Amino acid sequence: MDNEQGTSVLTSGEPTGPIENRWDNHRFATKLVNPANKRKYEIIVVGTGLAGASAAATLGELGYNVKAFSYHDSARRAHSIAAQGGINAAKNYPNDGDSIHRLFYDTIKGGDYRSRESNVYRLAQVSNEIIDQTTAQGVPFAREYGGLLDNRSFGGAQVSRTFYARGQTGQQLLLGAYQALARQISAGTVEFHNRSEMLEVVVKDGRAVGIVVRDLTTGEITSHSAHAVVLATGGYSNVFFLSTNAMACNATAIWRAHRKGAYFANPCYTQIHPTCIPVSDEFQSKLTLMSESLRNDGRIWVPLDPDDSRPPNDIPEDERDFYLERQYPAFGNLVPRDVASRAAMRMIDQNRGVGPLKNGVYLDFHSAIERLGKHTIEERYSNLFEMYERITDENPYEVPMRIYPAPHYTMGGLWVDYNLMTSVPGLYAIGEANFSDHGANRLGASALMQGLADGYFVLPYTIGQYLSDYLNTDPVPIEDEAFTDAEDVVRERNERFLSIGGTRSVDHFHRELGKVMIEHCGLARSREGLEKAITEIQTIRNEFWSDLKVLGTSDNLNQSLERAGRVADFLELAELMCRDALDREESCGGHFRVEHQTEDGEALRDDENFAFVSAWEWTGVGSPPVRHTEPLKFEYVALSQRSYK
Amino acid sequence: MDLALKIWRQAGPDTPGEFATYIVREVSEEASFLEMLDQLNEDLNNQGEEPIAFDHDCREGICGMCGVMINGDPHGPQSGTATCQLHMRKFKNGDTITVEPWRASAFPVIKDLVVDRSPFDRIIEAGGFISINTGAAPDANIISVPKEAADSAMNAAACIGCGACVAACPNSAANLFTAAKMQHLNLLPQGQPERWTRAVAMVETMEEYFGSCTNHGECEAACPKNISIDFIAWMNRDYVKAQFKNVAKASQ
Repeated sequence: MDNEQGTSVLTSGEPTGPIENRWDNHRFATKLVNPANKRKYEIIVVGTGLAGASAAATLGELGYNVKAFSYHDSARRAHSIAAQGGINAAKNYPNDGDSIHRLFYDTIKGGDYRSRESNVYRLAQVSNEIIDQTTAQGVPFAREYGGLLDNRSFGGAQVSRTFYARGQTGQQLLLGAYQALARQISAGTVEFHNRSEMLEVVVKDGRAVGIVVRDLTTGEITSHSAHAVVLATGGYSNVFFLSTNAMACNATAIWRAHRKGAYFANPCYTQIHPTCIPVSDEFQSKLTLMSESLRNDGRIWVPLDPDDSRPPNDIPEDERDFYLERQYPAFGNLVPRDVASRAAMRMIDQNRGVGPLKNGVYLDFHSAIERLGKHTIEERYSNLFEMYERITDENPYEVPMRIYPAPHYTMGGLWVDYNLMTSVPGLYAIGEANFSDHGANRLGASALMQGLADGYFVLPYTIGQYLSDYLNTDPVPIEDEAFTDAEDVVRERNERFLSIGGTRSVDHFHRELGKVMIEHCGLARSREGLEKAITEIQTIRNEFWSDLKVLGTSDNLNQSLERAGRVADFLELAELMCRDALDREESCGGHFRVEHQTEDGEALRDDENFAFVSAWEWTGVGSPPVRHTEPLKFEYVALSQRSYK
Repeated sequence: MDLALKIWRQAGPDTPGEFATYIVREVSEEASFLEMLDQLNEDLNNQGEEPIAFDHDCREGICGMCGVMINGDPHGPQSGTATCQLHMRKFKNGDTITVEPWRASAFPVIKDLVVDRSPFDRIIEAGGFISINTGAAPDANIISVPKEAADSAMNAAACIGCGACVAACPNSAANLFTAAKMQHLNLLPQGQPERWTRAVAMVETMEEYFGSCTNHGECEAACPKNISIDFIAWMNRDYVKAQFKNVAKASQ
């Protein structure tokens, strides 16, 4: 089960020199495309969530010809919409000591020293521009009575740098990007294709030249050609079946790109979010997040006595274990997500969980309501409390919430260089689809920041470097063999799903896969478990291809057929995740190998041997992938054991 | 619980549809309405009948993708709740539940319970935005917004674009949606420069696709986000004012 190792060392193309000047210098050194020439270029953007919509809109504003694709009926549906808590920026409006350098430092440390310094510094620099941009777009951020912007705190930071719009920040930022996109659609610079799913990346002579798309309502397969292709298709948490991701979130676009040569970086870095509503029954289709912002005012606890069966409000304060406040006095309830999730898991493993299935911990607002009044808590979180009540039938103003860790975000993704270009020239990945900025653990309120940084402020500049070499060249015509072959692959695959004629549904296989992944490649991983998982995944994959039952046809809306393609890709990606987790003999951030932990159960990194990015090259189904590495240099942040005590 | 479901089945946009009746057994009270449909679909797939197509995605009541008529009510019996957040504990063993797609000529059926809501996007494309290019914005705190205005704008901006307001309206009017989208921007200082052109463009595009509002108020009752019908009054005010406003002198 060993992998072929270290065949090449990747270079990020990041600039050198003082870190504060790198992005500026890089922009100056990057080739520009003059305004009159921009209209000669075609760019495809796949996915129109925060990253994709902001990129498509900005590229359109600059004068490029953009084609944007979404499998939703409208760009406003993308799962960015469900981000609740907020977006970070180094504005230092609260005057509490924040700075670009501190946001940079917190993000590197929060990512457990597994991200690229130059990228993270750039992210912190543009964070302020994002707030300016989105405010001007009319995003209704929360305000103080004086009319200026309000901030709150998030995990992993000791300053208040999170801007928010009630518990619907992602919704409002996405609508801002969607509206900017709508403006460009109306101006004719962006051609938008809704209900269209990308099923192949087309590569010719080693570079990306277009995509193949299926119209989900008519089943028509079409090719689209361009000078460059941008993937903004989100993360792959749905490999776990039960996650906080929307039902349709999938890895197909990035996986198809991976199969065409794009390296997949750090697939084992997945985030299990500590505050989700616990599973209640076996038919459950997804998990619902309760925003991390709740940890500003909620206190997490379990009863001291594992056999305490009293209702939570009857348990006196001195018989409760506020375990985060006890174990991490400096950060308390606001420790980063990976730390909070593992702490909850330890409580539940010790049989100290609460609720009917003993699979949760309490998140209690009693003292915050006493201190601030119910009205303030309502203003901050009313929509979250309401959502909780709808799902559980319990009123969190009166009874503590029950929460449990659940898969939420994937830090891994396609490997990209400093320009956000993958290992396939002309193919870019932005937002959650790439691996770039969060290392081994993402801090709360940083996903919105990264998606918009990539889309509004990074990609629109960096893409010029590649495009400028193709001035006055036409995109490869869609009659080219590269396109017709890719179309054939798509058609044959769909026909194959429909013709297997087995006995079990797509969801059946997806659930089985999810069980294996959460057990062996979830919060805690071991060599033994991962090896077992790889064998089990291969078995499920074989059963899938011999016993799948998809009804209907491919010439109209067929949701089972859509899901079959996505689950087929998850079945390959899952194996890569386990191989990466097996290969990384250390614990860092969201990747916790039980063999590598400190005495008190914290993640134990191995900087000497693993301070690098693993970027995997596809070699075929069931064949061991090839690992390439990108060494990580730390010039501005000293590597240290992460402590939140 | 065991339930009988009368569900609208329609193979495509141009084929006539009809109700089909199905029995689902042992539905958990903890299940959401969509999870109950998942369970039915799993049964149908096992029996060799094509599953029912329905739109859904986040299942957290925020993406606006889901939405069906449940016993004649958009999103079902619980007020302020999207279909995905409706749980089966609101139903009883032995109930018969009728499930239909949104009914509006502007929202043609694509298949079964899935409809095409793209006219909503046309309304936004007509003017539901603030025209600023990336990079041109001043520091965010230069724009001071009274908290009350920001809160009202947020109340409007909470619209999830599901289309329940249209489905609930006897005239299939989209005034609540359009008003919410417009007033979110028109209430903020940032939205003032284009306020009057936006009002005209959005209303007139809306009227190309949808029926007229006759103040039934069904939209507000059906809205899963409890968007207030007051926004329609504010939209009407802006539209009327825009008719005799000299936009070149708007600031006077």
